[in-house]
Amino acid sequence: MSAYLIKRLLQIIPTLVGITFVTFLIIQLAPGNPALVKLQMAGEGGEMADSAYTRQIIDQTRKLYGLDKPLPIQYLLWVKRVMTFDFGTSYKDHRPVLDKIAERLPITLQINIISIFLVYLIAIPFGIYSATHPESFWDRLLTLGFFFLYSLPSFWVAVLLIMFLGGGDFWDVFPVYGVSSIGAETWPWWAWLPDRLWHLVLPVACLTYGGLAYLSRLARAELLEVIREDYVRTARSKGLSERVVIFKHALRNGLLPIVTLLAFLLPAMFGGSVIIESIFSIPGMGQLGFEAVLSRDYPVIMAITTISALLTLIGLLLSDILYALLDPRIKLE
Amino acid sequence: MNVTDASQTDSRQSPGAIPPPSYRTMVWHHFRKNRLAVAGLWATVALVAVALLAPLLANDRPLVARLDGRWSLPLLAPAAAEANRDWHDLRRPGGFPWQTGFGRGGDFALWPPVPFSPTEYDLLQSLSPPTRIHWFGTDDRGRDVLSRMIHGARISLSVGFVAVGLALMIGICSGALAGYFGGWVDQVISRVIEIILTIPTFFLIIAIIAFLPPSIYNIMAVIGLTGWTGVARFVRAEFLKLKQVDFVMASRALGASHGRIIFLHMLPNAMAPVLVSAVFGIAGAILTESSLSFLGFGVPPPTPSWGDILSQSRDYIEFAWWLTSFPGLAIFLSITAYNLVGEGLRDAMDPKLFQ
Repeated sequence: MSAYLIKRLLQIIPTLVGITFVTFLIIQLAPGNPALVKLQMAGEGGEMADSAYTRQIIDQTRKLYGLDKPLPIQYLLWVKRVMTFDFGTSYKDHRPVLDKIAERLPITLQINIISIFLVYLIAIPFGIYSATHPESFWDRLLTLGFFFLYSLPSFWVAVLLIMFLGGGDFWDVFPVYGVSSIGAETWPWWAWLPDRLWHLVLPVACLTYGGLAYLSRLARAELLEVIREDYVRTARSKGLSERVVIFKHALRNGLLPIVTLLAFLLPAMFGGSVIIESIFSIPGMGQLGFEAVLSRDYPVIMAITTISALLTLIGLLLSDILYALLDPRIKLE
Repeated sequence: MNVTDASQTDSRQSPGAIPPPSYRTMVWHHFRKNRLAVAGLWATVALVAVALLAPLLANDRPLVARLDGRWSLPLLAPAAAEANRDWHDLRRPGGFPWQTGFGRGGDFALWPPVPFSPTEYDLLQSLSPPTRIHWFGTDDRGRDVLSRMIHGARISLSVGFVAVGLALMIGICSGALAGYFGGWVDQVISRVIEIILTIPTFFLIIAIIAFLPPSIYNIMAVIGLTGWTGVARFVRAEFLKLKQVDFVMASRALGASHGRIIFLHMLPNAMAPVLVSAVFGIAGAILTESSLSFLGFGVPPPTPSWGDILSQSRDYIEFAWWLTSFPGLAIFLSITAYNLVGEGLRDAMDPKLFQ
């Protein structure tokens, strides 16, 4: 076990290097360079007239980001900054990037944790039902329904929900803008909480249904596989009740891949958050990232990419270790 | 009766009588039994046909016309012969596709089913709900939504096919190398796959697309370059298994080169999972392309694409249900069709069926 752990941890080093390399490439790929972009922004403020002054700004900015040094040195400087979590300040408002992220992270986490909780809460019972009643009417209906749900693009669902349930010419059931009503920060918690939840219904629904469909299909497939195994037949034939056979014997193995998938899910949902948060105007990480891309705010783009890559890497590692702990069949080679 | 049956079975099993059905025949046989998958296959064929025939299905010029006693094919010679002939004046909505009664006796025009081009605008007709003339309504510049959707199918499908083609090339080569050689080659390729897995792909794609000049080729390239890891993992796993099989050992013993063993002997045997993930990959690429267009990072205007129409609909979300429903439905149906085919193929190739 410890050999496996050490090997797995050592493998992380090249991956980490690769992640810093890819994020470094992003800034190199940028047309012109960040100094010019920053200059353009200053230009919008109307201080562009003097070309000597312009040159000075470019030089200053180049020095600030180390862009006057040769590429390998620039890369090493970038690695050093990643290691010390020094992502600089945003081009837009000159605030530290980490502060901006820390301010946006809670709302994205809130939405995604609720969503993942719902995914597991709903998907596993449906998966169990389908696997224990294979080819029954309800199993066929659920499997087909989840299949279509899985193919539905979430941005389309979001727009449809806003159109038909969010005011306009049709029903006006849910708010479609932001995460609370105006002035809700001053409300007592028993008024604030329902308001917040009411605002979260549509975005959470959009983030949930895809994962729900995927996971319950996966749960059904995995469980069906396990139920055909010899040890389950043995458990049945020695007279255990169906409930014990399914919930105690089959589920433990069948749900293993699904539990370890959890480590993957949280970072993966960030991609969905980019679209859903920008549609519903939710001030989270996704919206921050989207706005940063629109305004070419490189420090924010690089910080978000690096941080979510690191989080995913940790998730991957945890799921591998969890798997090795839970499934002794994993070889240590 | 029983005796003859038995003798027939015997003769069938004797060597040289009737060869067992090939792998391909058996997969097709199982696939055909899955009605949904077959429906999906037909839908994908129909989509490709719509994309290929788009100019014949939706255009602002007639397919065939006889004007002043002269025959012409306005679609084929738009630039030279038809430049000074404005068909828009002659077009009488409602009388499509067969139109007579203009010019001299016997003149006529045969129009495409949707007699509007995807970029032709008419501000007087803007934001019209579906009518007898504009079947799927019009957008805020009065462009025909159905015509834009028919031409948008070309974007979605070409992005899907090219991006997946690129992903297949990279995925097959890297997966084959990793599985065949193992050792440090495998380590390097596996680390690269892990790096791509950890980086938030969709965010990376919008960041890169936002920096590059807007072009459909950049979108294809970026989706292809980030989407090959699944194929690589399948091929790698398949090659790890195949490496131990007798026929590979035999060709190695005969002195065949690595390239010959990889591409001629092993790859054809590893194609089944590749095919399945390619079909699912097309669905994924269509989704990514439409999400990009929806967010405003898609093909540059005025090229029509499904995601672009949907993104326009957000400005008129209170009432313009036709701008939301139809293009969204097109995206959903094409993703569903490819997923159905992929699922059908995967089930049909399940080795448990062949036992």
